[in-house]
Amino acid sequence: MSKVEVRLTVNGAEYVRSVEPRYLLVDFLRRELGLTGTHIGCEQGVCGACTVLLDGQTARSCLHFAVQVSGSEITTIEGVSAEASLSPIQDAFHRNHALQCGYCTPGFVLTTVELLRQNPSPDETEIRRGLTNNVCRCTGYVNIIKAVAEAARSMPTGEG
Amino acid sequence: MKPAPFEYVSPETEEEVLDLLRRHGDDARLLAGGQSLVPMLNLRIVQPAVIIDLGRCPSLAYITVENGSLVCGTMTRQMTAERSSEVREACPLLAAALPHLGGTAHRNRGTVGGTLAHADRLAELPAVALALDAELLVRSAGAERTVAASGFFLSDLTTSLREGEMLHAVRFPRAGVHHRAAFAEVGNRRHGFAVVGVAAALEVSKDGACAGVRLAVMGVGPTPVRLAEAEHILVENPFDADILRTAGEAAAQSVDPANDIHASAAYRRRLTATLVERAVREAVA
Ligand code: FES
Ligand code: FES
Repeated sequence: MSKVEVRLTVNGAEYVRSVEPRYLLVDFLRRELGLTGTHIGCEQGVCGACTVLLDGQTARSCLHFAVQVSGSEITTIEGVSAEASLSPIQDAFHRNHALQCGYCTPGFVLTTVELLRQNPSPDETEIRRGLTNNVCRCTGYVNIIKAVAEAARSMPTGEG
Repeated sequence: MKPAPFEYVSPETEEEVLDLLRRHGDDARLLAGGQSLVPMLNLRIVQPAVIIDLGRCPSLAYITVENGSLVCGTMTRQMTAERSSEVREACPLLAAALPHLGGTAHRNRGTVGGTLAHADRLAELPAVALALDAELLVRSAGAERTVAASGFFLSDLTTSLREGEMLHAVRFPRAGVHHRAAFAEVGNRRHGFAVVGVAAALEVSKDGACAGVRLAVMGVGPTPVRLAEAEHILVENPFDADILRTAGEAAAQSVDPANDIHASAAYRRRLTATLVERAVREAVA
């Protein structure tokens, strides 16, 4: 199958690779770039484990072909904080035991980045609604909601 | 699972899109926002030879208010429409329905035209289009036609689009000052697939009675349906609790839902009654 060139800026660095058109963005990130923090759960848009920021907005990386978003800017979980440090959201997840196996966590964190950017002080209902399409199979939702509320309190407006 | 191999093209003008559609016919699938098509590709439910990506064709993404109507180009992102003040003013029913379409990540990428052309039986916008008598602007190489919403949605995942045709845009009538609208839905998750949803578009007279009403329900059959009996009960009456309840009951009696793993037929019927009442009450609140 003939390959196509894909050019992406991921977490600030530019990458160019040749892949098949059917190559999903999530596979591009994981296999071509080695950024394995973006997880694959369902591969049909339901679980949210593969959530990234695509030109600043959340998107499911299993629902895009890499070629389709060539030229875009992507932020993955590896890009939300400087090396070996935690962002305020990650720190709040850590402190509130908002992860068990951690499989869903990158998706929750990136969804929270957008949620708090749009609504810096959400109430519990707004947090629940904002996270409703991310699945945690360890079912630690109560602590995830606590973590997001705490992250909101700890962050100066708009920081993510 | 991964999609089967396909040839990928990303034309930059609508002319090229239509030409590619003419050449490839049913071997090609149009890719809009991909929030419904890509899961089907990943699961190999569909295996088109050619994918025509509309995402690089800027002339398909627009919102305009013209001659008494609101027009959304097929590639208008759902979130863009949801945030648009033009949409809110000219078509409050569309604005009310959009937040129900999916999670934020899906609405960021999904498109207005994509969900209409996909015509899932549980999609909200076909019900909105039906309730508002929207017009679907359909183009093919060298030709154009307009299809009324009532003739566009034929069955689950099936529209009256013919081979070589593409949905170019959708046109909604512009709301007047007496127009009121609401969309009410019940699903297992707030932004997930609905079980039943009701779109209500009303005209309210000066004395607060119903001067006109259009109701559509989805989730009770392979396409959304109008609720003529309930409309008949509401029109020219005040919006009091008895009338709303009677209209809801009439709506429930007029639909013929089936059992499936998500809900029983009886529950869908109950929801139809409840959601008609709820949507009308919200619209006039
Ligand atoms: S892997 Fe993408 S949503 Fe589940
Ligand atoms: S922590 Fe295990 S899936 Fe969420």
